[in-house]
Amino acid sequence: MGKRVSLFVTCMVDQLFPKVGMAMADVLERLGYAIDFPEEQTCCGQPAYNSGYRAEARTVARHFLRTFEASETIVVPSGSCTAMVTHHFRDLFQKEPETLALVLAMEKKVHEFASFLTDVAGVEDVGAQMDDVVTFHDGCHGLRELGIRSAPRRLLARVKGLTLREMVPAEECCGFGGTFAVKFAELSGAMARTRIDAIVGTGANTVVSLDPSCLMQIQGALSRAGLNIRTMHLAEVLASR
Amino acid sequence: MSLELDRKIHDTLADANLQLAVYAATGRLKDKRIQSTADGVLPDYQELRTQANALKKHAIDNLDFYLEEFQRNVEAHGGKVVYCKDATEVSDFVLDLAKRRGSRLIVKSKSMTTEEVDLNERLEHHGLESVESDLGEYILQLAHEKPYHIVAPALHKTRYDVADIFTKELGVARETVPEKLTAIARGVLREKFLNADIGITGANFLIADSGAIAIIENEGNARLTTSVPKIHVAVAGIEKVIPRAQDLAVFLKLLARSATGQLLSVYASILAGPRRAGEVDGPEEFYVVLLDNGRTKLLPERSKRESLYCIRCGACLNACPVYRKIGGHSFPWVYSGPIGAIITPQFMGVTHEPGLPFASSLCGACGEVCPVKIDIPKVLLELRGEVRKSEAREGLNRIEKLAFRVFAWVMAHPRIYEMAGRLAASMAPAGEGKWIRSVPPPMSLGPLKAWLSERDLPPVPPKSFREMWRNR
Repeated sequence: MGKRVSLFVTCMVDQLFPKVGMAMADVLERLGYAIDFPEEQTCCGQPAYNSGYRAEARTVARHFLRTFEASETIVVPSGSCTAMVTHHFRDLFQKEPETLALVLAMEKKVHEFASFLTDVAGVEDVGAQMDDVVTFHDGCHGLRELGIRSAPRRLLARVKGLTLREMVPAEECCGFGGTFAVKFAELSGAMARTRIDAIVGTGANTVVSLDPSCLMQIQGALSRAGLNIRTMHLAEVLASR
Repeated sequence: MSLELDRKIHDTLADANLQLAVYAATGRLKDKRIQSTADGVLPDYQELRTQANALKKHAIDNLDFYLEEFQRNVEAHGGKVVYCKDATEVSDFVLDLAKRRGSRLIVKSKSMTTEEVDLNERLEHHGLESVESDLGEYILQLAHEKPYHIVAPALHKTRYDVADIFTKELGVARETVPEKLTAIARGVLREKFLNADIGITGANFLIADSGAIAIIENEGNARLTTSVPKIHVAVAGIEKVIPRAQDLAVFLKLLARSATGQLLSVYASILAGPRRAGEVDGPEEFYVVLLDNGRTKLLPERSKRESLYCIRCGACLNACPVYRKIGGHSFPWVYSGPIGAIITPQFMGVTHEPGLPFASSLCGACGEVCPVKIDIPKVLLELRGEVRKSEAREGLNRIEKLAFRVFAWVMAHPRIYEMAGRLAASMAPAGEGKWIRSVPPPMSLGPLKAWLSERDLPPVPPKSFREMWRNR
């Protein structure tokens, strides 16, 4: 043993999609990792940051930094929340050199789940099996801020029984965007429906993503449209056998 | 956020024909950009973007130096440089020039900068005739509309729309074949070119070391505008200056590909001063109007200067899933799409349309395609912060501010967070594992109501992750 990771499950997984967190822990344990769940964890602060409330975002970010200061490796089932820590915390603390030093140290320790598996754990085949035709939705922050493109696809390619069909266009926003989804609800809904057209076009039964927030938007719109297509986080797919 | 913005967005989303036209047209431009910048076609695309960014950064960081060099060199060629701080100064200059020369008719080629200062409207108000000669701009001038898109101004018009506009405004027989419509416009415009007293253009680049301007276009109308009338006036923002003629080698490779997916635009005209003795063509007088109109306000802060790197290619519009839904006319100013969302608040102040920086899912597609690497999502985030500061000063939006203060406090107190989460869960409607379509009217408020207006809501699980983790 000796390989130890801390989970930051995100507030959304904690409150709404706990099975995603359990699946992630399951996959990591099978790979031989000892799991630590720091109970003090809450949120990364992105809702406040993206809404322009920087002081409030700093309060939450400070709490995150305190909670995970002792952790060596932190794995997150969200590209967006990972990017908040690794790409935006530094923006919040430009005028606080001491906190900024903590942020820069933290940036190196925080990993999105799929890229952690391929790049840090060095694993592509986790021994999963799922007989299904799926399509993969790239969450924008994982894709464009973290540059995660191939990791989830390589992992999906090794799932026995699984067929991946790409959407056309492949890399387009689902329209979630945090508070954007409710501030511009009609526009956000229209974007989701365009994404759903691409999903339906693949003939897949399941939409897989790295981000619970994209999946909430997509599943919410699929359900509203009466379509019998399910959504799954990649961790849930990899935990299937 | 803003009733005006919300109404325009709603109206655009409700127009099914417009939705199809805009989505299809931007999709074509987007696909062509991708093809023309693919590895096999332009292997050094990313390196060119890095160079373009460095060149723009250098030019904007040394703007005073390069503008003075540009002016000296323009004057050495016999041209004149005029600095204008706002729209009124631009129109006053042109009106005064027209009055002194006894000019009545002006032809224009496409220029977002002149749209920005409403030059046509101002000139026409004083009895001058000012005619757009770019086909898309001409269609919109006849329709009394502003450009819908930075490079494809009439992108939202179908040929049937154009047929209606020509029939109504020109009194011609209805034609719906694009080539025939173009021939009609050409017939009208040719007369205008031959009789025009002044030609007004924009400029894509102001070349400091050469005292020249570069105009990039596809229809040849800019070349006619700059060579037939006796007077040529180019109107450009001060940020258009680049140090050297050789820098065009970088920008020309990127501009056409980013804009329309062409490897090069059809015409690239480099113009330096009026006709000299012995030359057979060119204008007798050559003026470059350098416009501020809010640009210098961006110079003191480094993070804001970046917005001045824009070369107006429109790639961010075509890549933007929001622009492709809400179109160009939902935006409060002539500059639409992601670039419009960042320069409008910076040129005109964040209170001009405070909702604008929030009308984005922050997907980052704009920054990914920007040929000069403007980090548009980051600027949007900064502007969102500025809107909040301005609201705090004015005592506006207090309920949301309070909500986020409570949010931050809760998130910094894990026990309270857990209690609040379970309290909310206990009040949530029983979904029985199914997604929820509606909630009882007393709960249907605010964000919950907005979410449910478009999508179903996930059922709240019986246990949170942390409870499951403790019990496992």
